[in-house]
Amino acid sequence: MVPLSYYLVLSGILFACGVTGFLIKRNIITIFMSIELMLNGVNLSFVAFAARWHNLAGQVFVFFVMVVAAAEAAVGLAIIIAVYRTRETLNVDQVNLLKL
Amino acid sequence: MFNIHLILFLAFGAIAVAGAVNLLVQRHPINSALSLIAVMAALAGEYLLLGAEFVAAVQVIVYAGAIMVLFVFVIMLLNAGVEEQTSGSRVAFIFGIPGMLLGSLLVAWVVLRHSGTGAVPAGVWAESSSVPPHLVPGAPETIGPLLFHEFLLPFEVTSILILIAIMGAVVLASKPAGPSGEPPQKVKD
Repeated sequence: MVPLSYYLVLSGILFACGVTGFLIKRNIITIFMSIELMLNGVNLSFVAFAARWHNLAGQVFVFFVMVVAAAEAAVGLAIIIAVYRTRETLNVDQVNLLKL
Repeated sequence: MFNIHLILFLAFGAIAVAGAVNLLVQRHPINSALSLIAVMAALAGEYLLLGAEFVAAVQVIVYAGAIMVLFVFVIMLLNAGVEEQTSGSRVAFIFGIPGMLLGSLLVAWVVLRHSGTGAVPAGVWAESSSVPPHLVPGAPETIGPLLFHEFLLPFEVTSILILIAIMGAVVLASKPAGPSGEPPQKVKD
């Protein structure tokens, strides 16, 4: 069997890639996809813990995370469309009306 | 010793990490979206290895199917091109990198300090929701009673959440009309 720590390391790598993409990317859609990558990394650790301690509550929580991700994707992409309609750019550096 | 589980884990993990790195490297959003789909498919394989069959199926259907189709649809609708690179903020370099190092050191210290004990208390769920021996763990027969009995309230709350999200998405994405019906002015700076 694969040790639990391997799954946690993979989950951590995916989460770190998501954080890095969130920080270095300038396209708002790619930033949004980095958030989805972070959620996927967390889901992997949920399922790994559920398998390790034979407790299916971890798998049920994955469904809740997926529902929240779906709601977030729907609302976030609608916001992206609204931003693009008024400003005609997807670059987050040019959406700076609230900046000092 | 290499067994088939470890080999499959390493194969799917390599695909997932390669897709995640490719998401960072690619400059065009559609390439990033396709590599994210590869990550999700590889994670579905990992879920199968962990015995979570229903989660793996839902991962493919909902994540790689529905959510990523929404992403690709929006990328194509907005005709998103190659992202232009702009210089990052100097504050991020001055405070961000030391802050990130400090945060990861703190997390690593906490994890390493408490990893030796391994004493994770079996919670109150452990007896009630343990897997019956005649059913496959993670099959719909075992997920369903748990989801609709013990987690009934969170289930209903998430259904309300997704209803609100649907209405919010429709309101936000519909074409806004001013008081006299003309479209709003475009913001230019």
